[in-house]
Amino acid sequence: MMKRFLLIAMLALAPLGASSADPKDGLEFSADPYDTDSIRRGAGLFVNYCMGCHSVELLRWNRMAQDLGMEEEDVIENMIFGEQEFHDPMMSSMDPADGEEWFGIEPPDLSLTGRSLGAEWIYKFLNTFYRDDTSDVGVDNLMLGGSSMPHVLSSLQGMPEAVRDDDGNIVDLEVPEHRQGIMSPEEYQQATADITNFLAYAAEPIKAYRMQLGFKVILFLLFMTVIFYALKREYWKDVH
Amino acid sequence: MSYNTEKAQGGLLGWVDARFPLTQMWREHLSEYYAPKNFNFWYFFGSLALLVLVIQIISGIWLTFNFKPTEAEAFTSVEFIMRDTEWGWLIRYIHSTGASAFFVVVYLHMFRGMMYGSYQKPRELIWIFGCLILLVLMAEAFMGYVLPWGQMSYWGAQVIISLFGAIPIIGEPLVVWIMGDFLISEATLGRFFALHVIALPLVLIALVVAHILALHEVGSNNPDGIDIKKHKDENGKPLDGIPFHPYYTVKDLVGVGVFLVFFSVVVFFIPEVGGYFIKYDNFIPADPLTTPEHIPPVWYFAPHYAILMSIPDKLLGVLTMGAAIGVLFLLPWIDRGKVRSIRYRGLGFKIALFAFAAAFIILGYVGTQPVTPMTTIIGRICALVYFGYFVFLWVYTAFDLEKTKPVPERVTS
Repeated sequence: MMKRFLLIAMLALAPLGASSADPKDGLEFSADPYDTDSIRRGAGLFVNYCMGCHSVELLRWNRMAQDLGMEEEDVIENMIFGEQEFHDPMMSSMDPADGEEWFGIEPPDLSLTGRSLGAEWIYKFLNTFYRDDTSDVGVDNLMLGGSSMPHVLSSLQGMPEAVRDDDGNIVDLEVPEHRQGIMSPEEYQQATADITNFLAYAAEPIKAYRMQLGFKVILFLLFMTVIFYALKREYWKDVH
Repeated sequence: MSYNTEKAQGGLLGWVDARFPLTQMWREHLSEYYAPKNFNFWYFFGSLALLVLVIQIISGIWLTFNFKPTEAEAFTSVEFIMRDTEWGWLIRYIHSTGASAFFVVVYLHMFRGMMYGSYQKPRELIWIFGCLILLVLMAEAFMGYVLPWGQMSYWGAQVIISLFGAIPIIGEPLVVWIMGDFLISEATLGRFFALHVIALPLVLIALVVAHILALHEVGSNNPDGIDIKKHKDENGKPLDGIPFHPYYTVKDLVGVGVFLVFFSVVVFFIPEVGGYFIKYDNFIPADPLTTPEHIPPVWYFAPHYAILMSIPDKLLGVLTMGAAIGVLFLLPWIDRGKVRSIRYRGLGFKIALFAFAAAFIILGYVGTQPVTPMTTIIGRICALVYFGYFVFLWVYTAFDLEKTKPVPERVTS
């Protein structure tokens, strides 16, 4: 009986063992809405590397500056390219029609991606590009197979190659010596974490404040509930 | 017990009372409405449902200030509320959380009624008004869910409205009539907005008034399921009754406090509740050309949806789902039990009610999951238990199989 149980357990666990070679393992991520430094760095990276194609049309420059403690002059000078006002939404300067022509698909607006697909998805996406010469853009991605997005961060990360097992399954992604980027793997993971934190922030700018306020509101309600309970006890004294 | 017993004659109140039954209404419904003194935990949910109704109406009014019921603007106007209007995010989360909270308290309130036989004679009409409230609430919630015009709004509406297409002959024209177009479009959005913010809330408020008037006509049931009017003092006041105000107003305040703590945890910390209160796909604008892989119903419709999915035939499934609500209306006549409260009912009743509640919860879980052979089997078993409850209850009570315990004369504390 015991033997059979062990056998079943091993069979049941076998697939888990096999999938431990998934390159996405270790890329678990949850965004930190309080890490303003990371979000600010992410905003910078986003503007430089992503906003050529992607807009964040639901976030305004001035809102971002205010939330992240940036100066108006700095934002206008260093972040806003093209004809945009400080109070305008963060729009890519690329014409969506051009995007459709160049990439076959209009690059999506990323205002709410942090909520629809989630922060972890974005983080994994940014960390699982690999070289694929059969693709039009020269790369593929483990989170979004057949994606028409080029690896815009390859100057930072380098260009990873897929490491495959005998069955052709991708078990690891490695940047070869001759395709290194300017960042170490740790620095690249931090940079992608920053971008992810920024997109999570953009998806719900109020989140950090919402939770801070929540503690106060709940403390107040607990206090009121105690008073209500004392009131109830007092009134109900004469009910037997 | 000297509250408000002296006659108000002079002053402003006297002037009003000579022209409008203000003091009389206050007495009939609050200060001299005698409620049993043994209400327990389960009796909080009635007043909480009223609280949620008020929360929804007030937060809803504020949302309409900035919401735009057009295909082009609905989605972004919701995000505009969330980002660019003062406290808009709070009002929106209160409203979205309130929708789910409404069903939480209403389902618990109904379960209370089933436990203590609150639907039995003479409270059949209270129960029927209550069932109508549930029905209108479902329509209200469904239409409200469509308004933010996200992917789940759009495709959820597509799934639900297409159910009407299963009706023979008139099905297809009926679907077009409901949508106001050949597909879900701005015409649908506009009418759902009107129905959601005006028509259905009016019906809902009228039904709630009827529900409470009927309750105050016959008096509240209680966890012992006995009639407190049998034993009165020399003034004709029930010995086991206490005036609703101030006793239950202060007691319900405690319930309100605890409820608002839970409510605030959701609003401020987990407004999506892992995708159960707000679906992640609903942060993607509605796209008629891209069907989401999995279109799960919101949790409060999931039990009924699971019943629908457990039937292989679409028309039969729709009818069965309708019957799952319809059978509730008949409950006062299905249950021929001689006692009301679960405390004094037979073991069979207790087991059956527990199985019913468990089946409802499991159906709710199954309904939100992608359909697999396993979920279908579980759904079928639970659907059988759901309907089986009513069949069992009728057989059990109509053929006198129930062995009840003796019911006390006076309420137990």
